[in-house]
Amino acid sequence: MASILTLPAIPKPAHVIHFSRALALPALGLLVFLVIWHLAASQVNTSLGTLPGPAQTWQQFTGLVDEHQRERSREAAFYERQEQRNTAILAQNPQAEVKTRDYTGKPTFFDQIGTSLLTVAAGFLLASALAIPAGIVLGLNKSLYAAFNPVIQLLKPVSPLAWLPIVTMVVSALYVSDDPLVSKSFLNSLFTVAMCSLWPTLINTAVGVTAVDHDLLNVSRVLKLSRWQHVRTIVLPSAVPMIFTGLRLSLGVAWMVLIAAEMLAQNPGLGKFVWDEFQNGSSASLGRIMVAVVTIGLIGLLLDRGMLSLQRHFSWNKQLSLR
Amino acid sequence: MIAGIASASLISLQAQAQVGPPEKDELKFGFIKLTDMAPLAVAYENFFFEDEGLYVSLEAQANWKVLLDRVIDGELDGAHMLAGQPIGATIGIGTKAEVITAFSMDLNGNAITVANNVWDAIKPNIAKTDSGKPRHPISASALKPVIASYQAQGKSFNMGMVFPVSTHNYELRYWLAAGGIHPGYYAPAHGDNSGQRQADVLLSVTPPPQMPATLEAATIQGYSVGEPWNQQAVSKGIGVPVITDYDIWRNNPEKVFGVSKAWADAYPNTHIRVVKALIRAAHWLDEKNNANRQQAVALLARSQYVGADAKVIANSMTGTFEYEKGDIRPAPDFNVFFRYHATYPYYSDAVWTLTQMRRWGQIPEAKSDDWYMSIARQVYRPDIYRQAAEALIEEGKLTAADFPDFDREDGFRPPQQGFIDQITFDGQQPNAYLNKFAIGLKGDDTL
Repeated sequence: MASILTLPAIPKPAHVIHFSRALALPALGLLVFLVIWHLAASQVNTSLGTLPGPAQTWQQFTGLVDEHQRERSREAAFYERQEQRNTAILAQNPQAEVKTRDYTGKPTFFDQIGTSLLTVAAGFLLASALAIPAGIVLGLNKSLYAAFNPVIQLLKPVSPLAWLPIVTMVVSALYVSDDPLVSKSFLNSLFTVAMCSLWPTLINTAVGVTAVDHDLLNVSRVLKLSRWQHVRTIVLPSAVPMIFTGLRLSLGVAWMVLIAAEMLAQNPGLGKFVWDEFQNGSSASLGRIMVAVVTIGLIGLLLDRGMLSLQRHFSWNKQLSLR
Repeated sequence: MIAGIASASLISLQAQAQVGPPEKDELKFGFIKLTDMAPLAVAYENFFFEDEGLYVSLEAQANWKVLLDRVIDGELDGAHMLAGQPIGATIGIGTKAEVITAFSMDLNGNAITVANNVWDAIKPNIAKTDSGKPRHPISASALKPVIASYQAQGKSFNMGMVFPVSTHNYELRYWLAAGGIHPGYYAPAHGDNSGQRQADVLLSVTPPPQMPATLEAATIQGYSVGEPWNQQAVSKGIGVPVITDYDIWRNNPEKVFGVSKAWADAYPNTHIRVVKALIRAAHWLDEKNNANRQQAVALLARSQYVGADAKVIANSMTGTFEYEKGDIRPAPDFNVFFRYHATYPYYSDAVWTLTQMRRWGQIPEAKSDDWYMSIARQVYRPDIYRQAAEALIEEGKLTAADFPDFDREDGFRPPQQGFIDQITFDGQQPNAYLNKFAIGLKGDDTL
């Protein structure tokens, strides 16, 4: 009885190690980082004042939250005014056609986060939809791989900022519509992201497909599997870890590219938020940019973790150490 | 062309004051982060657009070129523009496209700023007032020895302006040339659009909000830009404004609201309604002797508009201008939005811009006086302005006294003085005006 009561007071060493690995050590790392940030920032004097430390950055974040709430109440007022105006029009002329127009106010920081996430998802899905099948085909066929490898190597290192002008011009030329379903800026960001992020998935898929175990290939031959069955039951399952490694790299690239493209092209999203603040040059600007930087990092981290758990879910070899 | 004017005046007779419903009621307008975009922000925030049944969103643009291109390709319905942009586009300097304006956004509002070290070097060349402060306006001749010393060291003297056809470019060139400094020619016939031929000072393009950062990086030694980017340099302690454009040319026309001609033709009622809202906004900005300016400053300081600190914006918007830190002087007309018929699109304003394009070689060969007139009439559209103004008078929102006497107005301001070099500008005689300049192309000059 007594031993049970004392048990929680003396945790097993294994628990201590596990606990400190999972929580205490990362927290300590974060704390050290914040202290270094705080100390270093106060040393840097820019023409807009000292570089914001963690405290000022947090303060700006709460400011952005307030701004978001204010904007939402302005939005409500906008719809109310519109409602009144429409009623007045109908009172004058019951036949009149009235429509409800979307709110015309500015997107807040949180709206911009939403836009960026949506864009990166679309760009990444497009890239994956192109890269995985192309990677399988190239992996299965040595001659094709030899033929296209130089092209892939040539296109892979091109900077997103170099693609952007071309994408912009092509989209403007081809996407002509009076009532477009999605905006041009969204397509520009999407294609730039796809162009830059499809390479890791493509290459990793191709390599994964090539590296299928010889025993498995022999099994497939012995069983006289059809081409499709071969791909589905032998090639794909063994290539899955490599494909996911590619997807994780691609998603990281996609997120990085998106912010750069939004900054350069002024497309809606977090990148535009950063650029606008840089141009504003007010005393709050640096702090707001810092909030955006932390947010961008945090979202990048979450995207990667999300992809990792997907990979854990799909990978058959649960013993594999993934990090 | 003539038919166009005839039919336009016919429309204005028929339309009377009643403006029909807008053909397009969801609009997107572009602007650059400058205090003189204020009429757009005010028309939005005070619901003047909504009063016209228009749902407008405003969007900051990266630079003047992007803004113009987006108006031309229809991504933007209209924009806050440099006065030279509709004209330059129409005659084919840069992107060629028909762009028109029926609304002038303001008078004045710019200044020329130099880096601290340049200011220290020119300060000894400037006369002092009794109180020991530099005597204004400062002539560019004070800068001349500084440029000579740069040249002696084999270094170029670089200055920034915001766009090749910007008022800032012409004001900076005007000031330099009036002080005997050659700002350089454009030579499109030789494929040279740098504007640096025969130049003592090398001028190049930098977007307005980036001016302070570029000056700080010492890429340029000075710049010509609108507010708040001169006061920002003072506030950041990186530069000193030497002269405002008010002192280069008293009450000079500055920005316009530009739309593509195709857009204006497709949505005539919408266009008039937009101009109505903008006229009300400009009136609000100046009424009761600038009583609303503090409120305007608070508006402009929001991050979606200009976004700079309110106190920096207030410096120039509320009747003062700060030169050196602490040297704050009264400047009641630093930025005029409605007084002196600031919003009326005068043909003579367009003609002045055209003369400067010719003077610096952007128009490479001689043009007749008639040509200047016809371009001005093609781009500036007081007929549309008049319909908007008459509708506002009819609705009782403004009075006839607020506007020029439309029946007698020929679109030309009387010969204007108030230039730093004392030369008089008569919009009716562009070629004669060009002949008065010591530096610059005139007559049949070519490069």
